Amino acid sequence: MVDPASDATPAAAETPQSAASKLFDIRLMIGGLFTVYGVMLTVAGLFTSDADLRKASGININLILGIGMLLLGGFFLAWHRLSPKRVEPPTDQQDRTDSP
Amino acid sequence: MLKLDVNFFDWTILAIYFTLVVAIGVLARRAIATSEDFLLAGRSLPAWVTGIAFISANLGAIEILGMAANGAQYGMSTLHFYWIGAVPAMVFLGLVMMPFYYGSRVRTVPEFLLRRFNPATHLFNAVSFAAAAVLTAGVNLFALALVINALIGWPIWVSIMISAGFVLAYITLGGLSGAIYNEVLQFFVIVAGLVPLVVIGLHSVGGYAGLKEKVTHTALGPDSFSTWSGTAVGNWSNPLGDWIGIVMGLGFVLSFGYWTTNFAEVQRALSAKDLNSAQRTPLIGSYPKIFIPALTIIPGLIALVLVPKLGQVDKAGDPTGITYNYAIPALMNKFLPNGTLGIALAGLLAAFMAGMAANISSFNTVFTYDIWQTYLVKGRRDGYYLKVGRIVTVVGILIGIGTAFIASGYGNIMNYIQLLFSYFNAPLFATFIVAMFWKRATPWAGFWGLIAGSVGAAAMHFGGYHIAYFARAGVTNDQMLNFYGALTAFVADVIVTVAVTMVTTPKPEAELAGLVYGVPDPNAPDPNSVPKPPWWASPKLLGGTSLGIVLVLSFIFV
Repeated sequence: MVDPASDATPAAAETPQSAASKLFDIRLMIGGLFTVYGVMLTVAGLFTSDADLRKASGININLILGIGMLLLGGFFLAWHRLSPKRVEPPTDQQDRTDSP
Repeated sequence: MLKLDVNFFDWTILAIYFTLVVAIGVLARRAIATSEDFLLAGRSLPAWVTGIAFISANLGAIEILGMAANGAQYGMSTLHFYWIGAVPAMVFLGLVMMPFYYGSRVRTVPEFLLRRFNPATHLFNAVSFAAAAVLTAGVNLFALALVINALIGWPIWVSIMISAGFVLAYITLGGLSGAIYNEVLQFFVIVAGLVPLVVIGLHSVGGYAGLKEKVTHTALGPDSFSTWSGTAVGNWSNPLGDWIGIVMGLGFVLSFGYWTTNFAEVQRALSAKDLNSAQRTPLIGSYPKIFIPALTIIPGLIALVLVPKLGQVDKAGDPTGITYNYAIPALMNKFLPNGTLGIALAGLLAAFMAGMAANISSFNTVFTYDIWQTYLVKGRRDGYYLKVGRIVTVVGILIGIGTAFIASGYGNIMNYIQLLFSYFNAPLFATFIVAMFWKRATPWAGFWGLIAGSVGAAAMHFGGYHIAYFARAGVTNDQMLNFYGALTAFVADVIVTVAVTMVTTPKPEAELAGLVYGVPDPNAPDPNSVPKPPWWASPKLLGGTSLGIVLVLSFIFV
């Protein structure tokens, strides 16, 4: 599985650069998911059956949760828009070698 | 009996969620070029992400179902697991210990022991941690399969394979970033799923006052809404035992051990982008932790009132109704219409997977760095260890599947997990606190302290069943015994550590730079050159506020 010959050079000789700055922004995912769920539940809440309403002791929970999820989704999307992820230049500290 | 009425709407919600789970793994893969990218998320994440992941890695479904079970079984005393047993330890980790962990640039918790003590201490800790991690992953997997079997009706083995497959997909591809991002997502989904249960449940029992009044008439009785009643030493009647066990055993030893030395938790902080973010990771996590009992204990108590025969057993000890662990699913079944039900189910299933993923993603890091790179195959290029990390992840999941069935013999899942913690983690905190604050402690003192602590915990666990003080009406209180076992481990560890230090040689101070209080690292960047964080990002302010809230709440629920 692992070719020993090609890996036998001394450590730290040519450690590849971290690609961590390519990581996507999770706020988009949370915002997107909660917006989609929010729309689905809100629509379902608008057509709640009497049986469902009785089951939830009179609370239209799909509608309430749907609106709540829409708000949270909107919050994350707005946050992402207002303060996009900054790619920070490597500092001295990050340049320090980590291998013992 | 408890089969959920899942329809097309719920399935769509689940399908969207699990598509996203895998998508996160696939997308996070682009950000992996080195072993640190894979195993420590490139140490690049912002504090709010690592903070939520910190709490979410612990907010597995076992924790959620287990704490609801404890709520139904013990009442409000369960709050001790949060306000005494978690928040102070998290604040201590952020304010006191994190500078040593993050500042010394160790990659794992065992690696700290290697640099502070010696290879023997390191290997003992690395191996016991790795074993406990895969075991816990297996426990999560089996619990997940049981729940899926009960709620949806899939056979156990199908559930195990499918859920292990999802975890495999997102952490083998996305590494720790994939795990952490999914933990953040899962946190919001599980909260969205649990809040409706609390809202509807409280509404249907007549609010908090109604709940209190109704619980008084159950087997739990009027004391169930008091956290400290019956904790007198020598004459305890609280379901968690006396206050020495709660404050010292649970609060000081067990929880500090778990939150400050368990690598599955500390790893989240080590993946933060700088020291300030690493410090804030457990502090930010402590805020949700304060309020999570509202989403676990309250539903447990609601279920106790509303679900007939919850937790009751016949003379042979077999359940006659729904067991305590199913308090939350029983409420989901009773209250939630399709749609909201799908959200709650997605949250619950995600929480199970997160519990497993957190353990596997810490296991692979410890195994790759602390066992493979340190002892077995040293000095290769980084790309080699990246490959090893990926392979170890797959192997870890396979072992997790294999060990899933070890958990099958235990009823109250939480007690089982705590039993594990008391063996492995209780002595750890003693060793770490001595290691960080007493520079004289010698390498071999570290090793023998840990051994003595583990033996002490085990001895107390087995011997405690013969001690009349731990029993009430002839039945030994397992929780209390765990707390005292941890206490025994701590005392044994400290005594042996000090004793061995007296007769062995300490490390030269130069080797301890940055690892011990009072021995600064000469290579550390000048504190004045690091930009000062804004006032709202001050660790002291965050930690102090968190403790203040807990203090106020503790007086309200005394």
